[in-house]
Amino acid sequence: MTDHMLIRGGTVVHRETTTRSDVLVVDGIISLVGEHLDIPAGATIVDAEGCWVGPGLVDLHTHLREPGGEEAETVASGARAGVLGGYSAVMAMPNTFPAIDCSAVVAQVLALGQASCLDVAVAGAITVGRLGERLAPLAEMAELGVTFFTDDGTGVQNAGLMRRAMEYARGLNVVIADHCEDEALAGDGCMNESSLSSELGLVGRPALAEEVMVARDLALAQHTGCDLHLLHLSTVGSAALVAQAKQAGVNVTAEVAPHHLILTEELCREYDPLYKVHPPLRTANDVEALRMALRSGGVDAVATDHAPHAPETKDRPFAEATPGMLGLQHAFALTREALGGADADPVLLFRVLSRTPAKIARLTQSDQRRGGHSAHGGEIAVGEDANLVVIDPEGRPVVRSEDLASKSRNTPYEGRTLLGAVRHTIVRGEVVVNDGVAQR
Amino acid sequence: MSSSAAGQHLLAIDDLGSEGIEELLEVAEAFGEVERRSVRKVPTLKGKVVASLFFEESTRTRLSFETAAKRLSADVLSLAVASSSVKKGESLRDTVETIEAMGIDAVVLRHKSAGAPHQVARWVNRARVINAGDGFHQHPTQALIDLFTVRQELSLRRGQQSERSGLSVFEGLNVLVVGDIRHSRVARSQIQAYALAGAIVTIASPGTLLPDDVSSWPVTVAENFEDALRSADIVSVLRMQEERGSGSFVPSLHEFTATFGMTEERSMLLKENALITHPGPMVRGVEIASRVADDERCLVRKQVANGVPIRMAALFLALSSPEEASRD
Repeated sequence: MTDHMLIRGGTVVHRETTTRSDVLVVDGIISLVGEHLDIPAGATIVDAEGCWVGPGLVDLHTHLREPGGEEAETVASGARAGVLGGYSAVMAMPNTFPAIDCSAVVAQVLALGQASCLDVAVAGAITVGRLGERLAPLAEMAELGVTFFTDDGTGVQNAGLMRRAMEYARGLNVVIADHCEDEALAGDGCMNESSLSSELGLVGRPALAEEVMVARDLALAQHTGCDLHLLHLSTVGSAALVAQAKQAGVNVTAEVAPHHLILTEELCREYDPLYKVHPPLRTANDVEALRMALRSGGVDAVATDHAPHAPETKDRPFAEATPGMLGLQHAFALTREALGGADADPVLLFRVLSRTPAKIARLTQSDQRRGGHSAHGGEIAVGEDANLVVIDPEGRPVVRSEDLASKSRNTPYEGRTLLGAVRHTIVRGEVVVNDGVAQR
Repeated sequence: MSSSAAGQHLLAIDDLGSEGIEELLEVAEAFGEVERRSVRKVPTLKGKVVASLFFEESTRTRLSFETAAKRLSADVLSLAVASSSVKKGESLRDTVETIEAMGIDAVVLRHKSAGAPHQVARWVNRARVINAGDGFHQHPTQALIDLFTVRQELSLRRGQQSERSGLSVFEGLNVLVVGDIRHSRVARSQIQAYALAGAIVTIASPGTLLPDDVSSWPVTVAENFEDALRSADIVSVLRMQEERGSGSFVPSLHEFTATFGMTEERSMLLKENALITHPGPMVRGVEIASRVADDERCLVRKQVANGVPIRMAALFLALSSPEEASRD
């Protein structure tokens, strides 16, 4: 029996343009795109009147906390936050307990992902236990389809080891991604180093700590020819370094987190650890530079760095609280706010939130090895997997912590009015969010 | 008189403003009288409970606050951190909420993390929070002691009554703060307090012990330490902790003394009527030479003595309602 679904009346967001089109999905595959399509008998109708219909969003940077951190998040709860945010695929970060640093843990998380409501890709650790001491079995993990490796949470501090990782990764045709903060410079810092940190008596994490490592990694990537991805860039200087390296032909991509596009260090003034994150919230100058870099393509993608934390790890003195904040459920509207507000071009939004991150994560082709993930971030055209999102650009929902699907509550956006509402999310042809409500 | 400090938490000097500083100094003058009586106790805070929560060791500040509370007839609840539930893993928030549930009126808090008193102030329902030092951030009562002591001294010299002089004695004074400013909560409070009182503040320290960015501070960074000493009316010498002098911030304590210590030689550069303060405890021979510490221009003993009236004033104001205080 074939399964028909018709997404009606929306504005389809293509790679370069938008068209007013209906989309017919048959058995999870897009089978017709065009104006005023007939309704097949028995078809599910998805109302997209007045909405944007785009490829499901792809997050390059999600902390799902499983295994080991289930009090803060599970693959299932994180996936639910994802689909409510319009995501059809996420990259699970390896800073779990144990770390995702061998095939056994990769397989465990992939299996949990398969049972969830979206596609979960897994990032493997670069070093054993993320300790930065010796290489993890990258080839063994790559056998299971892992294409993205990082010690995220911390950067690989040892330049010699990072060089070896890149040389090894190049041979495996996988991406090395780095959390750029030189620990010797970032030290015990807990907010941006600035006149504000000096006034508040909080030890700073200087922009320098990030930029020194960005510069190092770019030099190593240039030398080794490895594909390098830079996680959550947060400073003017980092954006400039990456733009320069791209000009010089380095194989580098870079992401920015929604909070670094929206929030500034001023929020730390009241010592609320909700605003503590690594790398830290910076200045209005940095925010502006990152927005420009995203528009110009200097920075490629928006990635959430969704970091759920149990309340007891946040409800502490600022310096002792755990860094990180939620992001998955609201990233689209926040990115829109950063890229021009209501006037932001949907083509640009879907480029930085879906098409480019899908490419970086190598999720644009379906892959049967890892339990069969489907293709993401593609064109909305006949023959493509139906990973789609329907967003109402006129919706103005208000963030309320009780509406969070995450098991954690550490959102810095409580009370904020969002520019747009995710109405429906379709993963592999299944409506997993219907009218803003998660279906499982 | 309008009351700005009454009924408020005392978290940072900036919250007080110049009016609040003046008010607090005035109240402290009145309590200074109590100190000189034969029965050094007033019933002002009878029935109130003051909890002193010191999550970081500090004998003098704690004793000074507890003495102040007792002089005001408050009941004092003192949490000995070493044997407390904190050691058993209880969070700061739970500790504070538990103590508040016992019906306390004020919390005197010392914590190693900057901002902890601000957070505690958000967590409590009705208790007032007094910051007794938080990380590298603030130590407001210490700065108030310094201003109080300096004002007394200058008023005395000018033949004025200290309690009537307001903040006018500070107008245009050159204050030089010397030493480990980066790690000093006293410096941050002092700089704000002196600047609010109308003084001109200069700071001097090795490059590594300057805060990362003081562009928004009401200070000038001294280009030449010796010149700054020559023009200073008040020199605030800060404590130099041993761990900063082991190569991480300065090569050695010896080198610190040689470059930024208040040596006898440097004290010769000072104006004849300049004053020297130190928040204590002093490390003689490191940031201050013994001879300088014992010089009559050095106010350190008087500062210690003034700790009690200042803290009486801080407790009194925090625990009085704005209406009560304005009736005074």
